[in-house]
Amino acid sequence: MASSTLAIQPPAPISGSLAVFSRLRRSSLMIMAGTGLMVLYLLYTFISFDLWHLISRSQPQRAVLLATDAVAHKVHITKNIRGAGRLSIAVEGERTATYETPPGWVTVSDDLTRVDLAQGYRVDIYDTHVIFQIPDIGPVHVRITDAGIKTTLPKGVDPPDWLRATSAKFDARPTLGRRVQVSKARIEVHRYFMGWENFFFPFRSELTAYSPGQLFALAFSDQRIDPDMPNWRLMFTTFWKNPGWQHKQVFVALLETFLMAILGTLTAALVGLPLAVLAAANFTPAQALRFVVRRVFDFLRGIDMLIWSLIFIRAFGLGPLTGALAIAFTDTGSLGKLFSEALEGVNNKQMEGVHATGANRLQFYRFGVIPQIIPVFVSQTLYYLEANVRSATIIGALGAGGIGLMLVEAMNTQRHWENVFYLILLTISLVMVMDTVSAKVRSRLIHGRSGT
Amino acid sequence: MSLYAIQTEIMAMEKKRRLYSMAGIVLIAAVLISGYGLANDLNSGGFLTGMQQFFDYPSEIVKEAWAAGFSFFLVMGRFVPALVETLNIAGAASIVGGTLAVVLAFLGSANLGVKPPVVVTIVRRIMDIMRAFPELIIALFLIFILGSSPVPAMIAVAIHTAGALGKLFSEVNENADADPVEGLASCGATWLQRMRYGVLPQVLPNYLSYFMLRFEINVRASAILGFVGAGGIGMELRRTIGWGKGAGDETAALFMLLILSIFVIDQLSSFIRRRLVTGRDPE
Repeated sequence: MASSTLAIQPPAPISGSLAVFSRLRRSSLMIMAGTGLMVLYLLYTFISFDLWHLISRSQPQRAVLLATDAVAHKVHITKNIRGAGRLSIAVEGERTATYETPPGWVTVSDDLTRVDLAQGYRVDIYDTHVIFQIPDIGPVHVRITDAGIKTTLPKGVDPPDWLRATSAKFDARPTLGRRVQVSKARIEVHRYFMGWENFFFPFRSELTAYSPGQLFALAFSDQRIDPDMPNWRLMFTTFWKNPGWQHKQVFVALLETFLMAILGTLTAALVGLPLAVLAAANFTPAQALRFVVRRVFDFLRGIDMLIWSLIFIRAFGLGPLTGALAIAFTDTGSLGKLFSEALEGVNNKQMEGVHATGANRLQFYRFGVIPQIIPVFVSQTLYYLEANVRSATIIGALGAGGIGLMLVEAMNTQRHWENVFYLILLTISLVMVMDTVSAKVRSRLIHGRSGT
Repeated sequence: MSLYAIQTEIMAMEKKRRLYSMAGIVLIAAVLISGYGLANDLNSGGFLTGMQQFFDYPSEIVKEAWAAGFSFFLVMGRFVPALVETLNIAGAASIVGGTLAVVLAFLGSANLGVKPPVVVTIVRRIMDIMRAFPELIIALFLIFILGSSPVPAMIAVAIHTAGALGKLFSEVNENADADPVEGLASCGATWLQRMRYGVLPQVLPNYLSYFMLRFEINVRASAILGFVGAGGIGMELRRTIGWGKGAGDETAALFMLLILSIFVIDQLSSFIRRRLVTGRDPE
């Protein structure tokens, strides 16, 4: 009897493995349930964000526009019909960048303006009559009449989708780099060129005409262009004050953002450390004081950088000081909390040893405590510095100034995408340089310490 | 080496070290002093005048909120949908970014036998780039294309989250015990099975702990991005602040909601993280 019961009992190892299986099944079930909940939540958020409507409303052509304008510039050839019928050729249509004599690809005679758009594309502008030569299609005639714009395509050609012709407006863009628009008020031809226009020197400057090699030679030449200053200084000031790119203002904005991050982080670290001593249980026996300091940390952190920035922007106005203080206030809380945790983890033996030598209070901290927390202190401060370079761009955008505000303003004007692109590149470079430098310093610090 | 020689060497090293420390302290002091001087000059409002006005704004909105009396709570209630939207941005971004981070972390860990090994390097660089891209730029760019909506902020925060969590997750992976993976490999488990049964159970608690921390950060980030046009509580704040005087009670209500929700999330996430860390040991 007893032996038969024994026989039907499963051997011990199998029962053990069954328990493993059931635990595994439970954990898989939990993971599945968790995943399911997350998917449901995502569905809910996408519905509440109105994602489908958003996608249907989105304007992907804006991305194309931004991408083209970011790396290319265009020259406008504009003929105003009303008024004197004047013709103007200008980079980006800016009055300050108007060609005095037409460039080689535009020929102007009494009754005909011929714009060569390369690769067989050509626009002939007679008084109020435009002939757009398009390869594979042939000439498209556009006439401005009192009844409206009259477009005539060659026989047997269906209007392509890049061409819109109504009685109010003719708009054709056969390729990204060529565009012809005709309305009752004006005829406008755009031709795109790669590169940023007048990045170094403004259009009007005589320096624009030189090649890089010539400029290099000119910089050290004794023949002054401007008798008042040496050529290299003329070049620098012309570059520095280039109105289209505002190199000086951009540089100041970058400096401001950098200042916000570095001042804010350093201040937070240096204020946070002594406060952290007051919040650490093994250094401050008074529980009430500890409680108060910890709540101060929670308060500073909890208010959030957004609110601190808004308050400081109100009080201090635009500028790096505002951003630095907003960062300092928030991060004193975060760093203070981290430091106090690090302080609570320090080794007592070293402190006792220093104490036993009869060290005074200052020496006690200097030799007993600080060497132990310096790695945490430096590496955390550097981590926060990296994050704060990004934060500083955002605080700037809220109204504190710096590169963030410049970027928001450049985007809001919805012109000069090349400037926006340039600012984006600079911001990312600043962030990446800070990341790299700080990562280098941190790894040096850790390896340097483990090495000795 | 005689005792004396050792002593002089140690003293020399100590001296050098102190010199470095001193130089560091002097450098930091110089940066702080000159930096604040420069910052003060560049600022439109100076430090001293600013300090006098510092409490003006907070006291102004507190006064207006006080004057509103009980209806202040009604105002707060009115902004709950905006808060929910901000929380949703952060939540969706954390989930999307976190999921992406798990994938990136497994491909970007050097110890998990990802083949070919060059994938690890590439994925790490991708994560670096995702981390370095400021959220603001992605959000502004997407707002331009998609229009003012929470989705650009969600995508921007998600991209940053994927990079940041991916790095932390891959560090967790690299500290994982290799024995279970080897055991599974000897049974003929595929790479996916080894990851699922050998690595994931080890790293999941740490993942969740980092995830909670990130969620808290993302709530703050979503609130800020709202200010540049991504909806939610930040957008409401910009509106009420733009109105200037008169909307003080609304501003105060928004501040209050934001502070409260951050406080609750902070407490909740540290509670869960404590549970995750201590709850793991008994097993």
